[in-house]
Amino acid sequence: MILLNEILSKYPKEQEYLIEILLEYQTSKKNHYISSEDVASISKYLGVPESQVCSVISFYSLLSMKPKGKYVIQVCHDVPCFVNDSTSIYDKLVEILEINDGETTKDNLFTLEITECLGRCNEAPAMRVNNLVYVSLTPAKVEKIINDLRGEKK
Amino acid sequence: MINFKINNIDIACEENTTILAAARQHNIDIPTLCNYPDLEIKSECRVCVVEIDGRKKLFTSCSTIATEGMIINTNSPKVLNARKTIIELILANHDASCTACPKNLNCELQSLANKLGIDDNRFPTVLEVKPLDNKNPVLIRNINRCIKCGRCIDVCKNVQSMSVLDVMGRSKDIEITPAYGKFLSDEYCVYCGQCASVCPVGAIIEKDDTDPVWEAINNPHLHVVVQVAPAVRVSLGEEMGMEAGSIVTGKVVAALKYLGFDAVYDTDFTADLTILEEGTELITRVTTGGTLPMMTSCCPGWISFAEQRYPEILDHLSTCKSPQQMFGALAKSYYAEKMELKPKDIFVVSIMPCTAKKYESQRVEMRIDNVNPDVDVVLTTRELSKMIKQMGINFESIEEVPFDKPFGITTGAAAIFGATGGVMEAALRTVYEIVNKEELTNLDFKSVRGLEGLKEAEVELGGQKVKVAVAHTLENAKLMCEQVKAGTSPYTFIEVMCCPGGCIGGGGQPYGTTKEVRQKRIDAIYSVDENMEIRKSHKNPDILALYEDYLEKPNSHKAHHLLHTYYHARKK
Repeated sequence: MILLNEILSKYPKEQEYLIEILLEYQTSKKNHYISSEDVASISKYLGVPESQVCSVISFYSLLSMKPKGKYVIQVCHDVPCFVNDSTSIYDKLVEILEINDGETTKDNLFTLEITECLGRCNEAPAMRVNNLVYVSLTPAKVEKIINDLRGEKK
Repeated sequence: MINFKINNIDIACEENTTILAAARQHNIDIPTLCNYPDLEIKSECRVCVVEIDGRKKLFTSCSTIATEGMIINTNSPKVLNARKTIIELILANHDASCTACPKNLNCELQSLANKLGIDDNRFPTVLEVKPLDNKNPVLIRNINRCIKCGRCIDVCKNVQSMSVLDVMGRSKDIEITPAYGKFLSDEYCVYCGQCASVCPVGAIIEKDDTDPVWEAINNPHLHVVVQVAPAVRVSLGEEMGMEAGSIVTGKVVAALKYLGFDAVYDTDFTADLTILEEGTELITRVTTGGTLPMMTSCCPGWISFAEQRYPEILDHLSTCKSPQQMFGALAKSYYAEKMELKPKDIFVVSIMPCTAKKYESQRVEMRIDNVNPDVDVVLTTRELSKMIKQMGINFESIEEVPFDKPFGITTGAAAIFGATGGVMEAALRTVYEIVNKEELTNLDFKSVRGLEGLKEAEVELGGQKVKVAVAHTLENAKLMCEQVKAGTSPYTFIEVMCCPGGCIGGGGQPYGTTKEVRQKRIDAIYSVDENMEIRKSHKNPDILALYEDYLEKPNSHKAHHLLHTYYHARKK
């Protein structure tokens, strides 16, 4: 895991780098979140008040102050995916992961989220796992993806 | 000049004037909600929308600059409908149980709804009731009443440089909370109450401590004394429907007696005492090579700020307690002895322009017996007005009464403690005469007066020129602290007050405190000073008698025990 200080030292001490720092650091962290301690360090480094750092994190759904699983699964619920039965994709995930929107599995492996358009409407339904977008999904495909990810863990 | 029309009236205004400002200059009323005179333009609430000929959408008049030839309608059906809908939507997400709200009849949302003729709401409530933030001794945040106007964020961030509050979340889910969604606490907040002062609704208010005061008054075993801060006498009148800047000293005393207090004293007395203690401390620091610059310590918001943000400069703070706490300590020692009462039978109430004083009175250092607080309850100016209204006192016509003895005589120097620069001026009047051993002919140190954020003056003391500075608002305090921390401060003595304008602009003062109102209260304070018989603290015969009788001399061992304190860095 990369230390926050290593990331911070790459950036000038200027407010406009806040989002880039937050994104880079959160991506590097296993549980994909910015802790209170991280907020305090970033605030001190950039000279941006803690309340403002929290405000920025809270504005973007990509950023989180709550720990997430190793794999963050985001299922698109916008219209093109919806008419291509994204509901069955979401339901399948709820069934096999035994969690709902915004929750994380007990083994901290998966977090399930509903998201807006991922820009792959022509291949709907789509979902994203961390930075990888999976398209033309079926419940069977979803099951295989999850099994593969579970296998990767071992 | 720009020429245009509002509601068919020809308007001429300077370039770069907003439609709202231009309308107000011409007595055309456009309702506003998030707008507040001395704060940033937010265009958050959209209430001030107007229609501009030839343009399809409505424009917020607070943030739209008037241009040549514009034809503006502030009351078209489209505008009125939009305005009404906006308020209805706000009300649908607002805890509108008005009679259960301390801002009832003093609420900007309520009066706006009334003005727009809203007596029913087309929209059902969508309010999800959330818990109160009431875990601190001073302020209550009730997010269910919050209308997200952002005034509190603005004042906290830009005036006080505290940035305790900010917007969390997005769109309809936004909430205004401290970082991490936490509660207000003394780790982050200094309880200056400026947020409460500008809140248009009852989303941030001071804790109501009037109940324990009524109980004490009605308890026959307690001797209940009350002290009144300098700034209260030039502001309480506003709560009672009088003009800003009305001087109501004698009326306050009369009202307090009517409420049933056993004795009514003036915090001005201990303000004079503060000058002798603090002045002596300054002279000692200068002559013995102590830590300089010395910084004043009357203001609890400023003390909290220094303890939280600048723990490395705490040695610079005067060790003097504030006048409020000096009074409390004396009440439970000297006064108890003189009245032949046990300290535990004396109940001390303060009337303060300040919310942070509530926190100060609860500090463990402010207990001369190490157990019981020296000041039992602190009420803000607003809370006192509530008690006066509860008793049905006709304040304007009540006959004036002087303060009680033995703390009866006070000076003009003490009165000006209520305004920014006042402590400095009072100290200079005394220190000058003590050090230079000559009478000060011109008592008015005009360069330290007024609403300028940072002020300085140069005084000749003991044959050398000494620079002093006055800062108000924490934004300006921060500048002073940075200099002191870096060792580059050119000053010998610095006065710091947390609130804009000093205590007259305190967080516990009547609502609607603007720059204009502050100036009126300041003018009133200096007129109180000018009309005082004695205008120098060290010439106060009651103070001299107190030293003779009890405290021996300024900064004596006994004075140190009762009237001085210490500070500590706060962990964060």
